[in-house]
Amino acid sequence: MGATGGLTLVFGLPLAVALFFFALSAYERRMGLATGPGFFQRNGLAVGLYLVLAVGFWVFFVIVLPQFSMVDMSFRPKLPPSQMGGPKDVFTLENYRYFLFGSTTSTASWNWIHLKAFALTIGVSIAITLFNFALCYPIAFHMAQSAGAARLRILLLLMIIPYWVNEILRAFAFRVLLSSGGIINKLLLGAGLVAEPIDFLGADIGLYMGLSYAYLLMMVFPLYSAIESLDRNQIEAARDLGAPWWHIHLFVVMPHAKPGIASGCTLVFMLCAGALAAPLVLAGPRTLWFTPIVYDRFYQAFNWPQGAAYAFILLVTCIVFVLMVLKMFRLSLGEITR
Amino acid sequence: MKSGPLQRVAFAVYVAIFFLYLLGPLAVMGVSAFNTPQYPQVWPIEGVTLDWFSQLFADEDLMDGLVTSLWIGLLVVAISVPVGLAGAIVMTQIQPRVRSAYYLVVVSPVLTPGIIIGISTVVFWREFTTLTGMKFLYDGIILTVIGQSSFISAYCMLIILARLQRFDQAQQEAALDLGATYPQVFRHILLPFLQPALFSAAVLAFLSSFENYNTTTFAILSDKTLTTVLAGRVRQGSTPAISALAVIIVAATLVGAVAYELWKRRADAAAGRRLRAAQMAEESELAGNAAIEPAAA
Repeated sequence: MGATGGLTLVFGLPLAVALFFFALSAYERRMGLATGPGFFQRNGLAVGLYLVLAVGFWVFFVIVLPQFSMVDMSFRPKLPPSQMGGPKDVFTLENYRYFLFGSTTSTASWNWIHLKAFALTIGVSIAITLFNFALCYPIAFHMAQSAGAARLRILLLLMIIPYWVNEILRAFAFRVLLSSGGIINKLLLGAGLVAEPIDFLGADIGLYMGLSYAYLLMMVFPLYSAIESLDRNQIEAARDLGAPWWHIHLFVVMPHAKPGIASGCTLVFMLCAGALAAPLVLAGPRTLWFTPIVYDRFYQAFNWPQGAAYAFILLVTCIVFVLMVLKMFRLSLGEITR
Repeated sequence: MKSGPLQRVAFAVYVAIFFLYLLGPLAVMGVSAFNTPQYPQVWPIEGVTLDWFSQLFADEDLMDGLVTSLWIGLLVVAISVPVGLAGAIVMTQIQPRVRSAYYLVVVSPVLTPGIIIGISTVVFWREFTTLTGMKFLYDGIILTVIGQSSFISAYCMLIILARLQRFDQAQQEAALDLGATYPQVFRHILLPFLQPALFSAAVLAFLSSFENYNTTTFAILSDKTLTTVLAGRVRQGSTPAISALAVIIVAATLVGAVAYELWKRRADAAAGRRLRAAQMAEESELAGNAAIEPAAA
């Protein structure tokens, strides 16, 4: 199986699925199972063609085929261009073996650096997600249920401004804030709380704060729009029936806001685990984070198949996380992406 | 919510902390853009200067990157809005059985980390252009536009879909009954109805593209955008010129946000006027008044 063979697979599989659905719909139409006007009848030829071409290009060339070819590449050895498609270009697990054992052939010792970085990335991302939820829930509730119109507009404006500031600049802001000569250290020194500046960046505190900060609003907005749709009478009714405030939140507001909570949590987790700017700007020399390792596979080690394998590992982790959140909240994907 | 004074104070403290966390770092960075020391410093203020701004404009790499970023943003808007529109229309028409699979595929880029989108785009187009001999397509700007379009089209689709779901199919049927062709319905009924959503989608697409780093840094190859140049500068060392750039971006955002708010209010007011005019027309119709100017509705 050569590179052309791989590409056939990359192209063939989605094409086969599309053909299957097309045949199915043609069959249903012939058997009279489907009703209503046909696609081109309904849209006209010009608009129909535009819809098919635009969606076809997007789905196949922009979304599905790139993912497939990345997965395909991750199962191939690193070869010079002349040998691609040659007899050595076979499917292999060596890139995944490298992630686990630090060697493409031996399984004697674990690849602790990469494994630790991976575990830390996932663990810290989950922690940041929970922290951001705890920090954002009250303000989102306030905006959605008790703030007046004028106040709400001001709060939203105050949030929109930092929202459009670039990730790199946000991380940079934390570097200015937390550096050894930065304002926080000056305040601490001035107050006599510490004898010498704290190395926030070396201790990764800067990175974790920067990540939490960067994706704070990704939590606020979904929570806000989910809580906003809750009828205020339900809260009043619960209070009239004597429910304490934490009961109201736990058993009235949160169940209603489930889709927003799930959506905010998935977004923050995914953005944290996939963040590249904050680790580049805020990481200390010994910081472990998974995305810079992936980046280095490509542009330092020039081992693209290995990089593809690492990227695929990250992707699978994110998919598993999304599925777990959906399962936990008993939701469908459509409900959290609104 | 009724609450005691203690609770109210506690909540006020919480809101203050929240906004201090949200805006404090940006304010600190903003101050350092006007302070004279070489290293971004907030306190003590040793002198007020605008040198960092002029240094910013003299930075040729950064300016070239800015121009590239603007072009990429415009191209992404030109692709993502039509694609998102098509995606949304297909979503409303596709058979229910296929719909969830289709939804899963087109929404997946929103939930995929940006670096993975960048990586997969580069990997696929490198293979594809080598195999088909279309090497000229393997270009940093083209790949970045394609990579960003994958998830930005999905944003656009979700925005347009939200409005499309409120579309009254009876309008289309009425137009068809009156002899309009399908392209005419699309052009004169559907597009005007979707216009506010299309505008919002275009703004969002441009801003998302402009500030994107994760996808861009992989897909841009040897070219440079504002964000990739910026990342390089920040890694080399901190200078207040970067703070100055942030100040400019915040100022531009403020102007944009206020302009958008004004536009939206005007649009809402116009919609309100149209609605009232339509109601009045309907009432006088009911009263037996046949002479209604069609433009009023």
